[in-house]
Amino acid sequence: VARTTKTLTTRYPVERFTLGNGLRVVLAPDRSASVVGVAVLYDVGIRSEPEGRTGFAHLFEHLMFQGSESLEKLAHFRHVQGAGGTFNGSTHLDYTDYFEALPGNALERALFLEADRMRGPRLTEENLRNQVDVVKEEIRVNVLNRPYGGFPWLRLPPVVFDTFPNAHDGYGSFVDLESATVEDAAGFFEKYYACGNAILAVAGDLDVATTTALVEKHFGDVPARPAPARPSFAEPDLDGERRQSYTDPLAPLPAVAAAWRVPDPIGDLAGYLPYVVLAEVLTDGDASRLVERLILRDRTATSVGGYIGFMGEPWEVRDPTALLLQAFLPPGGDVDKVLRAVDEELDRVATGGLSPGELARTQARMATHLLRDSDPVISRALRMAVLEQQRGAPELINELPRLVGSVTAEQVVAAAATLRPERRASIEVVPGVQA
Amino acid sequence: MRELPPLGPHRKLKLPPQAEQTLDNGLTVIAIRRSAVPLVEVRLRVPFGRAPLARASLLAQTLFSGTATMSTTDIAAELQSVGGGLDTGLDPDRLFVSGNALVTGLDRMLEILGAVLTDAQYPADEVAIERDVLVDHIQVAQNQPAHLARRALLKRVYGRHPYAIQTPEPEQVRGVRPAQLRVLHGDRVRPDGATLVIVGDLPPERAVEAAAKALDDWTGAGRDAVVPPIPPLETGPLLLVDRPGSVQSSLRIALPGLPRRHPDHAALQLANLVFGGYFSSRWTENIREDKGYTYGPHSGIEHAVAGSTLIASAEVATDVTGPALLETRYELGRLASLPPEPEELEQARRYALGSLQVGIATQAGLAGHAAEYAGFGLRLDYLAEHATRLAAVTREEVAAAAARYLAPSKAVTVVLGDAEKVEGPLAALTEVQRGEA
Repeated sequence: VARTTKTLTTRYPVERFTLGNGLRVVLAPDRSASVVGVAVLYDVGIRSEPEGRTGFAHLFEHLMFQGSESLEKLAHFRHVQGAGGTFNGSTHLDYTDYFEALPGNALERALFLEADRMRGPRLTEENLRNQVDVVKEEIRVNVLNRPYGGFPWLRLPPVVFDTFPNAHDGYGSFVDLESATVEDAAGFFEKYYACGNAILAVAGDLDVATTTALVEKHFGDVPARPAPARPSFAEPDLDGERRQSYTDPLAPLPAVAAAWRVPDPIGDLAGYLPYVVLAEVLTDGDASRLVERLILRDRTATSVGGYIGFMGEPWEVRDPTALLLQAFLPPGGDVDKVLRAVDEELDRVATGGLSPGELARTQARMATHLLRDSDPVISRALRMAVLEQQRGAPELINELPRLVGSVTAEQVVAAAATLRPERRASIEVVPGVQA
Repeated sequence: MRELPPLGPHRKLKLPPQAEQTLDNGLTVIAIRRSAVPLVEVRLRVPFGRAPLARASLLAQTLFSGTATMSTTDIAAELQSVGGGLDTGLDPDRLFVSGNALVTGLDRMLEILGAVLTDAQYPADEVAIERDVLVDHIQVAQNQPAHLARRALLKRVYGRHPYAIQTPEPEQVRGVRPAQLRVLHGDRVRPDGATLVIVGDLPPERAVEAAAKALDDWTGAGRDAVVPPIPPLETGPLLLVDRPGSVQSSLRIALPGLPRRHPDHAALQLANLVFGGYFSSRWTENIREDKGYTYGPHSGIEHAVAGSTLIASAEVATDVTGPALLETRYELGRLASLPPEPEELEQARRYALGSLQVGIATQAGLAGHAAEYAGFGLRLDYLAEHATRLAAVTREEVAAAAARYLAPSKAVTVVLGDAEKVEGPLAALTEVQRGEA
């Protein structure tokens, strides 16, 4: 199987260039379907928002859809969908993306729309107030009005981290959101939405020469502004176990999530990869270590998950980040017991190693996931844009299955040995509803 | 002001190579080629209409819990080693199995699927584990507003029809025994009338052969799974379900839908898009982008074998629940009374046509569409026919469909929310009746 995962890969051709104004561009032609994906990434995310303005990066993302230099409010949506396309944007810890997936005949339109808002969104008091309301409803749907809202992605960072950029609530408090001003937005755009701080990636049914000319035509005259210096968000590792709990008034079952810091995904890819694999060895499917132990054997959990990064994006996150494990327990379940069993299983990997075939089958499934992720033009464009932004290497998209496949059992074992209870931060959900 | 570049020439929808064969055992295999990534997707649908709900739900949860020669973990490990994974699911019409693997693993994945279909054992221990897992999942769902609102809406819309209840109660699941699952499996997990869709990086004929080889041991006559047609919508007072302390109200509106082969279907699809079926719709532009009442309203036609229903959903802030209903009824009424603007219609039409193209541009998208259509006796070429119909629908036809199917007087409305706060504002607009989730 190890041999198979090396040969089963993609060979998307990748073109990279930089415009005179500093905009970095990635083109990845693939004529297998008549669709294109256009992604623009700005190198600013939740970690960069100022104190007193929690949730601002995400709120600002909404404002980028409210009209721009040549476009009225609502025009962006109508032009994308009126071309048969779909659009969205999303705010992450380290970047914010904007994207469209469209029939191939709408490529130039998408480039025009992205270039127009790169020149500047229409920031008005009315649109700001409207989108503050919309974001509050988004937070109500996803966090406040449902069980386990924000668990663990908003609840665990303040246990793991001590500094504001890493620890704060990226959705934002209502007070902070309501305090946001048009001036804040203008300053945020000026500082972070510089074309020197952006990546444009286009994947799918395109001709490289034609598209290069179209990119130059639409983005070439976006005023040059350099990227701001990206601060280090580094924090020291934990010096002892951390544990917190809270009551979720809508949750019927106990739950727990735990995190351990992992090596720098960008600066130390080789050291980081074994942790990505380890998370899958522990939790991917019914043959994984923790599903077998907690669900099938001990019956101390009814659902288990494991992944890297608080937003579950192993290939899209920078340092500092963590490996997360989470479990939902049966009514009356004992979180201590679950954490102890997790420690025992980690210890078993660390001291007993992996069983025959365990690593290869996990890597084979990971290869499927990676290849499958790259089939839609838009996820391919997005991933390549992030790889360009964070690593200067969009072509790495073709290499990921092989990189995952090259991790050895010894490396996974060594990674497991570092996930000690004294390096662990965990958060327990106490159910507020009688199950 | 810069000028928006025009769209390039519209490219005709191109369908990928396909093969189809109905095996001797009655299973129809549909294979489609897309070679962009070296993977394969599979979708199996087995008719399961009128199956007892709690047993069928637990069967779906335990189908992969062991054969005579393989345990749960053996099955999972074997699938994993070819990069594979299979999941099961259930809806009121069928049991389904979906998954994917490295294309080199197709034969092995089908072999394991065949073993499970012919020899699932439902071992007592595994059933006990999965029963608890399922009960826990249901208990979490019963605290999700979206689930509660849907449950109330289904009951209100379908009455005594089998579609009225789609999730079993925890107590019902707790009472299911392994022997009952074995009987249900023997009775209903049958190839006759089932469809298997395979999409991936291999010649379609080879995929069909692989399926024939792996699944020819699976035999047995299908049982009558025909669900009676859904009842017509019965209008009446707004049904208000109390969820004390809820910071939002879940607004649900059911309207008559149309099956895909109905002559008015394309017109209704376009009318629905103009109303609330995509972001650039009147409803979203009104209650989100103008008024900020909600994050993501959406309306769409839900197709089931026994009939189709149009459902509009929005989660709105508690204190604007009344105004949100007012605007919703206004937008329905406006479209039912006045034809859409020509440009508005063209925009919706281009969206509908483009979505077809974007929707089949991946292996998973092709597999999903092909499997869904197959469940209604349609094939992928329906996409091309539908594109032709969408292109031809006139403004008058859309207006007529809106008047007929989107009129607020035809709507059945359910609101889940903090009744103490929202009952008054809702009662100002319409008659309100309290009910259970």
